[in-house]
Amino acid sequence: MADTLWRSTGRTRRSTRTVRISFSAVTVAAVVLAVLIVPPLAQLDEQAVDLSKKLLPPSWEHPFGTDDVGRDLLLRCVYGLRISLLVGLVAALVATVVGTLVGAAAAAFGGWTDRIVMRLVDTFASVPHLLLGIFIVAMFRPGVWPVIASVALTHWLSTARIVRSEVLSLRSRPFVDAAISGGASRLRLTARHLLPSVLPQAGLAAVLMVPHAMWHESALSFLGLGLPTHQASLGNLVQSARSSLLAGDWWPTLFPGLFLIIPTLAIAGLAGAWRERINPRRRSELML
Amino acid sequence: MSTGLIEGKTARRRLPWGPMARMAGRRALFAAPVLLAVTFGVFAVADASPFDPVKAYTGTAGLTASQENLDQIRANLGVDQPLTTRWWNWLTAALTGDFGDSSVMRQPVADVIAERMGWSVLLAASAFLIAIVLGTALGVLAARRQGGWLDRCASAAAYTLEAAPAFWLGLLAIWFFALELGVLPAGGLTDTASDVITPGQVASHLVLPAAVLGISQLPWFFLYVRQGVADALDEDPVRGARARGLSETSVLLGHALRSGMLPMLTLIGSRVPELITGALLVETVFSWPGIAAATVEAATSVDFPLLAALTVLATTAVLLGNLLSDLLYGLADPRVGFDG
Repeated sequence: MADTLWRSTGRTRRSTRTVRISFSAVTVAAVVLAVLIVPPLAQLDEQAVDLSKKLLPPSWEHPFGTDDVGRDLLLRCVYGLRISLLVGLVAALVATVVGTLVGAAAAAFGGWTDRIVMRLVDTFASVPHLLLGIFIVAMFRPGVWPVIASVALTHWLSTARIVRSEVLSLRSRPFVDAAISGGASRLRLTARHLLPSVLPQAGLAAVLMVPHAMWHESALSFLGLGLPTHQASLGNLVQSARSSLLAGDWWPTLFPGLFLIIPTLAIAGLAGAWRERINPRRRSELML
Repeated sequence: MSTGLIEGKTARRRLPWGPMARMAGRRALFAAPVLLAVTFGVFAVADASPFDPVKAYTGTAGLTASQENLDQIRANLGVDQPLTTRWWNWLTAALTGDFGDSSVMRQPVADVIAERMGWSVLLAASAFLIAIVLGTALGVLAARRQGGWLDRCASAAAYTLEAAPAFWLGLLAIWFFALELGVLPAGGLTDTASDVITPGQVASHLVLPAAVLGISQLPWFFLYVRQGVADALDEDPVRGARARGLSETSVLLGHALRSGMLPMLTLIGSRVPELITGALLVETVFSWPGIAAATVEAATSVDFPLLAALTVLATTAVLLGNLLSDLLYGLADPRVGFDG
């Protein structure tokens, strides 16, 4: 079998793979530490306007430069990442809980419930995610909760499908027969035996969903349909940098984008390694 | 494919039109309830939201209008009717081609779509072409020497590109090509000074958005072709071709690529949602006058009739893409058939 990016086939591969996993782990740890520690420790006001320092290119004093009203972009990016990560985490959590419950219920009840629920999932999946998100946010006006709701509402589908097929395949295992012979009710069987077994898969889907949800939030914010502008998420930073970019200043646009790409790659790297561990036979697929 | 050796190239298989048509028919039967559900969902979301059609219709004039006038407009628009009635009225009108009037474009929704559809199709088709050609070429080169420097660089770049938002790529492309180098226009369809649309102008304005949209779709095509060709290189037909002493080029392009490209080709149709997502961002960044940019404009100014029609249109496109993908899959691999 051909090797893929996260599969080890020999000694040389294993070493690059270990390097890649440690690199991802360090990056994720750094990101989490940065967004948790920097804001309370720095005691700096990321909104502090200093017009004498506007649009300074990257330097030692301001590693990422300053924006069009003289705010330090490194600090802005850390705050932006904090907000984007928070929105991504909440949306992924909501989507995972909804998807797991719906998928498990569809598989456990079977019959007409299953058919109707899965048709509903197919219907939802027929509307492009970003378009559905745009529609919901447009109707409910931009804000934190409409954004979280719209991202969660478009992301539970894949989890529901994964959990459903996993539950269906688990149902043919001997321990399920044993539980049924022991007199377990359908509810007990689902809650006690089936759900715990699908949790690793659902957890993996949740982890992979976080960067996806962050990406969605950024796209909505960039289109002016996301978080309010005073909440400097990464998408809002890119949006507000547009006028500076058209004047030829690239740094306010470049760095928020990198702050989105690097955590995404790191999270995907870790999730890829995790997937190999819980499901070694399956060939690792495309990342997102 | 595998039967080619036995049947010979002269005995061309005829296309199975009957089963394909039956599959399309079954899909149409499935699509009708999906579209019904989506339109109803659109109306239900609007009904549950704080959106007020009367305010949207009157705009700033609504602030000074008398309550009587507002009530009159409310009755004219049919807002006081229950949700299902409004939905049904919209649906029956839509079937005759009347999607209502767009408040932000100040013209019928059907005209907005007809005017802008062509530009969006042009952009999407160019982007798809770029993604397929580049993705196939890079994929074959990377699969030929797996683990080589080209494979490593291209794969790393593909994963990075897949994580990069299309709007960010578009902005950086504008900065580099339009501002730093000054070789390509930054956006729009024609130069601001000219009021006639010439093919040359459109072509030069198309380069950047099509390249950015194509490159944002590229990683997927590249990774699929790379995987498909790499798998095919390990299989018996390729081993047989090598044993017969065929040249490396002929093995790679005639045998490995032919079977390695199948998974990618058959899945093209299922890329429609990602293409629409990309177009929403790229058209907005480059002020491309397509329907995706109109969707964003409709959303920012809460233009419900336009937004509803475009959501239904996008859903139809996705369903058609899925159908195309299944038809191609059945054609490429007769074992799959047209039963889905």
